[in-house]
This record gives sequence, C-alpha cells and structure tokens, in this order.
Amino acid sequence: MAGGDVAIEARSLRKSYGDVHALRGVDLDVPSGTVFGLLGPNGAGKTTAVRILTTLIEPDDGSARVAGFDVVGEPAQLRERIGLAGQYAAVDENLSGFENLELVGRLYHLGRQPSRARARELLHDFGLEDAAERLVRTYSGGMRRRLDLAAALVARPPILFLDEPTTGLDLRSRIALWEAIEALVGQGTTVLLTTQYLDEADRLADRIAVIDHGMVIAEGSPEELKGQVGGERLEIRLADGGSRDLAIGALRPISEDEPACENGLLRVPLLTMRGAIADAVRRLDEAGVGIDDIAVRRPTLDDVFLKLTGHAAEPEAEEEPEEAARR
Amino acid sequence: MKSLAYAASDTTVLAKRSLLRIRRQPDLLVGFTIQPVMFVLLFVYVFGGAIETPGLDYVDFLMPGIIVQSMVFGGFVTALGLAEDLKKGLIDRFRSLPMWGPAVLTGRILADVGTNVIQLVVMLTVGILVGFRFATGIPEIVAGVALLLLIGYAFSWVFAFIGLTASSPEASNAYGFTILFPVTFVSSAFVPPETMPDWLRPVAEHNPFTTMVDAERALFLGTPAGNDVWGAVAWCFAIIAVFGALSVWRYRRAVTR
Repeated sequence: MAGGDVAIEARSLRKSYGDVHALRGVDLDVPSGTVFGLLGPNGAGKTTAVRILTTLIEPDDGSARVAGFDVVGEPAQLRERIGLAGQYAAVDENLSGFENLELVGRLYHLGRQPSRARARELLHDFGLEDAAERLVRTYSGGMRRRLDLAAALVARPPILFLDEPTTGLDLRSRIALWEAIEALVGQGTTVLLTTQYLDEADRLADRIAVIDHGMVIAEGSPEELKGQVGGERLEIRLADGGSRDLAIGALRPISEDEPACENGLLRVPLLTMRGAIADAVRRLDEAGVGIDDIAVRRPTLDDVFLKLTGHAAEPEAEEEPEEAARR
Repeated sequence: MKSLAYAASDTTVLAKRSLLRIRRQPDLLVGFTIQPVMFVLLFVYVFGGAIETPGLDYVDFLMPGIIVQSMVFGGFVTALGLAEDLKKGLIDRFRSLPMWGPAVLTGRILADVGTNVIQLVVMLTVGILVGFRFATGIPEIVAGVALLLLIGYAFSWVFAFIGLTASSPEASNAYGFTILFPVTFVSSAFVPPETMPDWLRPVAEHNPFTTMVDAERALFLGTPAGNDVWGAVAWCFAIIAVFGALSVWRYRRAVTR
C-alpha cells in the first residue's frame, strides 16, 4: 500500500451499539495535505468514525488505514502519526497550560528538554504565553480549545483529527481557532474535521462528506454542495398591499435566479452579498414597494439536509413523515 | 527493552501528574489524613470505652484495624481521578497517544503509594500520641509497614476498576464507599467478631479484611499470627491479579461518555 498520496482511507466501516447503528458502511478517502470535512448533525456517526480512525474503538466490519497503517492491526505505529483534538477539550484542569503540553510531549517520548521546548513554542504559537503558568481551570472555553489543539500538535503529526473543534465556542474564539487550523494546513498537515456547521466546513475543508444516520449521503467540494443548496439569499417580507410583481421586477437584476414569492415572503438568490440589502432597499423604494422586514440568509446545515434528505438536521425531525412528504 | 523503559517513564510521568494535582487541590488531603484521624479519635475516646477487647488495650486493638482501613480507602483518589479523566475526554487523548496504555492506571496507583506513605506516617504519629505502642521488634514492624503498603496497592486496583466502570466521578465515590465501608466494618477491625450475632460472625471471620487486620496485629502487637500474614499477602496478590486484569481490560475499551 503506497501511503504517499492517501492519508486516510476507510472502506465500508460499520459500528453498532446494540440496536443503534452508528456507522452503516462508510467509505472515506482523504488525500495527503488536504482538509476533509465530515459534516452532519448530532448522532450522525461523526465521532464514531473519528474514534475508529484514531484506534479508540474497533469497527464491527470494514477496514481503514491512516498514514498507511491499519487501524486494527497496527495501532501503535498509527498513533505516532496522528494528533486528536476534540469537543471535550481534553486537557487537565489541575495542571498549567505548560504542564499539560509537557505531559503530552513526555507521553510521545520526546524526552524532557525537547518536550519543554516544544511546549513553549506551541504556547507562543497559540497566543497562550501569558497564561502558560496558570492552571487550566482558570482558562476560558476558547483558551482551553486552543490548548487542546496545541496538545494534538505536540509531536508534529502529519495527520490531525479534529472532532467538532469549535462546538460551543463564541464567534471570536471560533475565528481564532479557524485561523490556527488554517495556518497548520498551510504547513501541509492533513486534517479530518467533523462539524455540525456548514460555514465551518465551507471555510476550512477542501472536500466535504455529509453524513447522516451513519451513512455518507453526499460528497463534494464546498462549492459543489452549496451549488446543490443555493448560496446566500435575501428574504424580504412585503408590507401589506406591496406588489409582488413590482418587487420581483425590481430585484431581478441582483438575483441569480428568478426571485420566488410565497405567502408574502420573497426569496432572492443573490449574485453577490456585498451591499445587497442597501441595494435591494433602494430598488424597492424606487419601485414604490413597501417592506416590513429584510434579511440575508446563508445556507445552513439545515438547508443542506432538507435538500439532500428531505428532513431537517435535528435528529427529532426524522420522526415526522409529513416533513418529508411536504418537500 | 525499549517498551519496558517506556512503561517505566510513562508511569512516572503520570504519577507526577497525579501528585501535582493533590498539591493543587489540597482539600483532597482531608480525605486521607484528617478523616482517618477523626476516626481514631472517635473510636478511642467515644466508642472505645464501651468495647471489650480481652488481652489488649482498645487503642492497641484499634490502630492496626483503622490503619488497614485507611490504606484500603487511600485508593479513592485513583477512582475519582480516572472517572474525571473519562468524563473530561483525557482518556481519549491518552489512548490516541503512542504511550504504554496501562501507565494511565499504574501512574495513578504509584501516586497512591506515595500518598499512602504520608497517610501511614500521620496515622502512626496520631496513634502513638493517643497511646498506641508497638509490642514487637523492628523486623516485624518493617514487615507490617510493607504489608500495609501492599494492601493499599491492591485496593488501588479495585478503585481503578471502579473509576473506569462508574458512570461519573460522583458515582465512583459512592460505589467505592458503599461497597467497601460495610466490608471494613464487618470485620475484626473495630470490635472482636466474637461479640457479633451468630449469623454475622462467620462473615466477619472469613472476611479477607479480617485476615489483613489480624496479620497487622500479629506483626505490630505479637498476637498469634496463625496463617494470617501469608493469608493477607495471598489475598493482596489475588486482588491485584483479578482487578489488575479487569482494569486494564476496561481501560482498553474506555472512551469518553
């Protein structure tokens, strides 16, 4: 098996917990040096896939190789080439940031001095120098995630697994973490990222697999997937008596496609986001159409799911057959 | 050879981590120093007067029992720590590293041996202050101390298994105490089993904890040993074998819940 070009490959991975089928035959191919996004709602099987690929659990069926090593047969060699960071921010709260990274270095058998030097370097890279000697229990959520990501990078692994790296973070912390991940990718690290957020996958991933109920239901570049769902759109609620036809006529020039109107809600697929609201308001004003509300909507995971599966991303929604029937 | 070196270094690195934690959260020390000392004072001064121990002062009768009990519970830090590591996702991280896996357990248990030594010093000092006196020579006392540490080590493996099995740190604490507390009390540790009701006495007499306490009494006070010393050693090795295997088995399957 030439490990050079394919960093991660999985064939027909299956895993069940009793009656719960977490994975029902998943195939993945991640070329070296790329970012692969595994996008799906809670309970879709993303974490199970990561746990199999990082040797934490064994698949019931199927096979997978990471860096050319079999997840079941060669876990020790595999573990030397991966880093794992996840939604749990797996750092020890009763140690300082520095001690956490030193500990991980020692457990990678880097030796005492190299472990310390590497810890200093990572604390610097992640903007945690000032907090280096503070106990992690005093860290904010964003700082913990950055430290967790730093811990995954201690041994400079060529392949990195990030399980929902920004779930539960505020926007500023998310952006800081995205920038850190982008910097890594710039250095050639292969990344497998799981996320519930389309914008995150869109920003970071070269390719995305959409996973639902333990199966990959779509795969492609972010552009391809968004092409299926549509891009940003304006949603405009017309004032009482506002003319639909006049509004559609006025907005046609900024619309990628024919604007659609349903129950007084006008949907305009945008050619460009920049200045769209101001432009639309001006055009509607000139046409003499009154509006109650106007907003830009970006496609969300829900839109992808509605499009691909006919059900919403929330696991509860699958219990509603009329939801599927209506689409 | 290399893997043996890794096993040793991973164990020490993680033992150091556990000990650092105790330094950072000194309130944990309350559990294994102040609490046993309270028990000593309670039994010597409150209950002691009401308990007949033919041939021995109550304080002499009590100290070996209460020290064995404190050794047994010294491992609760391991259960708590492992349950927390599981909850916080650290076990996932450790298991994804190219380290010697069981070090996550042996590191904690090595740290327990350290805290058990501290505990032993505190207990013996308090015991001597309230009137406990050794009645044997140095070799027996040294053997008694060694056996105490072996008992602590064995029960750390029991706590390791509890920590990896319980659903939360709180549950691991509850399991540890509700299972082990009755076991330590229905024994010869605090009262002579002869004073117990007929149906309970055989339970106390066959309790491995009784064997361990009687072994310590023999080593510290020179009471007739019978097979107790070797019996206690055998029990310790049996506990280590069974719970060591169970704990490593749990660890290899443990993932954050």
